[in-house]
Amino acid sequence: MADNPTTRNAARVTGRRILSGVHFMNGDEAIAEGAIAAGCTFFAAYPITPQSEIAERMARRLPQVEGVFIQMEDELGAMAAVIGAAWGGVKAMTATSGPGFSLMMENIGLAVMTETPCVVVDVQRGAPSTGLPTLVGQGDMMQARWGSHGHYEIIALSPASPQESFDLTVKAFALSERFRSPVLIMTDEVVGHMYERVEIPEEVPIAPRRRPTVPPDGFLPYRPDEDLVPPMACAGDGYRIHVTGLTHDERGYPAMDAEAHDRLVRRLCEKITRFRDEFTWYEEVMTDDAEVLVVSYGISARVSLGGVELARAKGIKAGLLRLITIWPFPDELIRRAAERAGGIVVVEINLGQIYREVKRATGGRVPLRGVFHAGGRIHTPEEVLAGIEEVLRCRS
Amino acid sequence: MPVLRPQPKPEPEVVPGVRHPLEKYLRTDRLPHIWCSGCGLGIALSSFLYALEELGIDPDSVAVVSGIGCAGRFAGYVRLDSYHTTHGRAIPFATGLKLAKPELNVVVFSGDGDLFAIGGNHFIHAARRNIDITVLCVNNFNYGMTGGQVGPTTPVDGRTTTTPYGNFEHPFNLVYLAASAGATYVARWTTLHARRLKESIKEALRHPGFNFIEIISPCPTNFGRRNRLGEALDEMRYYAEKAVIRHGVDPAEAEVVPGEEFIVGKFVDMEKPTYLELYRRKVEELFGRKR
Repeated sequence: MADNPTTRNAARVTGRRILSGVHFMNGDEAIAEGAIAAGCTFFAAYPITPQSEIAERMARRLPQVEGVFIQMEDELGAMAAVIGAAWGGVKAMTATSGPGFSLMMENIGLAVMTETPCVVVDVQRGAPSTGLPTLVGQGDMMQARWGSHGHYEIIALSPASPQESFDLTVKAFALSERFRSPVLIMTDEVVGHMYERVEIPEEVPIAPRRRPTVPPDGFLPYRPDEDLVPPMACAGDGYRIHVTGLTHDERGYPAMDAEAHDRLVRRLCEKITRFRDEFTWYEEVMTDDAEVLVVSYGISARVSLGGVELARAKGIKAGLLRLITIWPFPDELIRRAAERAGGIVVVEINLGQIYREVKRATGGRVPLRGVFHAGGRIHTPEEVLAGIEEVLRCRS
Repeated sequence: MPVLRPQPKPEPEVVPGVRHPLEKYLRTDRLPHIWCSGCGLGIALSSFLYALEELGIDPDSVAVVSGIGCAGRFAGYVRLDSYHTTHGRAIPFATGLKLAKPELNVVVFSGDGDLFAIGGNHFIHAARRNIDITVLCVNNFNYGMTGGQVGPTTPVDGRTTTTPYGNFEHPFNLVYLAASAGATYVARWTTLHARRLKESIKEALRHPGFNFIEIISPCPTNFGRRNRLGEALDEMRYYAEKAVIRHGVDPAEAEVVPGEEFIVGKFVDMEKPTYLELYRRKVEELFGRKR
């Protein structure tokens, strides 16, 4: 049995959970390897472009590491199976793109309501509808935030490279266990299909699941710990709990009244928002003296860096704030940035979804411009530069 | 305007000093249940619980998954690991649960609308894959919880709130559908046949593979009332008169037509490798070790 983890073929034969070493792989494959390294042993999905490389990698790798890959009959089933598997005690993930993401929305809500740890990847493509299946988009950002019905909080991370796709997938699993919540990885077609150097470390910790510390008698499955997250008793653990998408009390029993509902929904939101500083991740480039700040994420942030460099070459003090954690939105980070910068430019491959959040967070205190594209291609650095120059003009 | 607040519910009445033999399987603090008097769900529930009791299955090894609707509330009353999921998605949830923890006995308990309308695709694919779960479908011929709308098993001419002039769609023959999709154990009973149903559930729980039992049930509040089927007892008398017990019948010939005799019994009982057996076999072939 060949066992050289540094070659791509190694994925075919190795039984290793962590393919430590340096690889040349695309963002989709890096997500798959990140998941397996993080201890994911269940993956259910339905084929869709540009997600297929994740599913194909999982289909090849999971049987090697005592995991289960199943290609479900649709994304509704994929998301439901992931939640079921999580209650079976394992780490579970699914991956899709826009149309499938839409189909998963109802069960993402079930995962929120039942506090089920799991990871959902959306490799965004041009949309709405079937849109541009093979071309890039970032138009699902608001769907990630609000796509399921009702008021809830969700965690969404956006990688800008294959290396970061690996790293954030590992972190996504840790966050999903920490908060007992679905965690979304909002990547895109370009990052998903881009081949780059990916270094997989020697050790990747497996985030523990918070288990009950009391015997089954008297255990209240939805009584939260001090950090508002309840311990999780899985199927077969002997706790014989009831889990429902209905509004429920601490016993997990349906509670059909307004007070119980308000209490539950507020806790589900607050368990995430209260601790958002733990995972508000971002990257700043040349922001120390920046008069104009470009705010972007995912593939658009990489192009934006080119625009910032063009501006610097022209003597414009521009900087880049690359958002890695998108949801909950880093209001405080943007507010502080707006105090320092004389203008903000938001670059994204949609017509202004995160722009609206930046506008809300800055409260109109600084000149704001959006550099948008509906999808199908990434921006050029020149378009970003034009945005920077425009915001400078309206400042003077 | 005074604010209307829900009144506290009275404590459930359990006969003092007497324990029902199935009480240990029930969340008695959730009683009384929400099902209408005359509904067949209670018989289906007790048949299932007696089956567990008689087989001596460790309750910690059983997980019940339900969808949405009257039958969907089943999961809420059993003192087992129980999951009340989204509409139509009980089977894929159960699939994930079973594959993640194969030692569990996973039972899906839901209704005809949940399993065969909104969840129909999952049903046929889980049957095709021979996922090792037992699916119990209480068929009351309409959507009871939402007020009695037409469903995929509503007979032709059946009156429901959304077929006020009588249903003209062709209904599913559930046992035929299950058998043709690949289910390895298929049976049909009515809530009149409580003991036979219990024995059938015991067979299904012991039988590896995708097991399906249709449980025909009265819905006196909705379907029964709108179609002048009388009280629940009248429907039971109807079952006594019209249900013909026969085993091994071709399920294609076992349609349920109002006013005509219909077949109950076991249609399919066969051995076929389950999804997990095939998966493990493949892994062993490739990597020479057991999963």
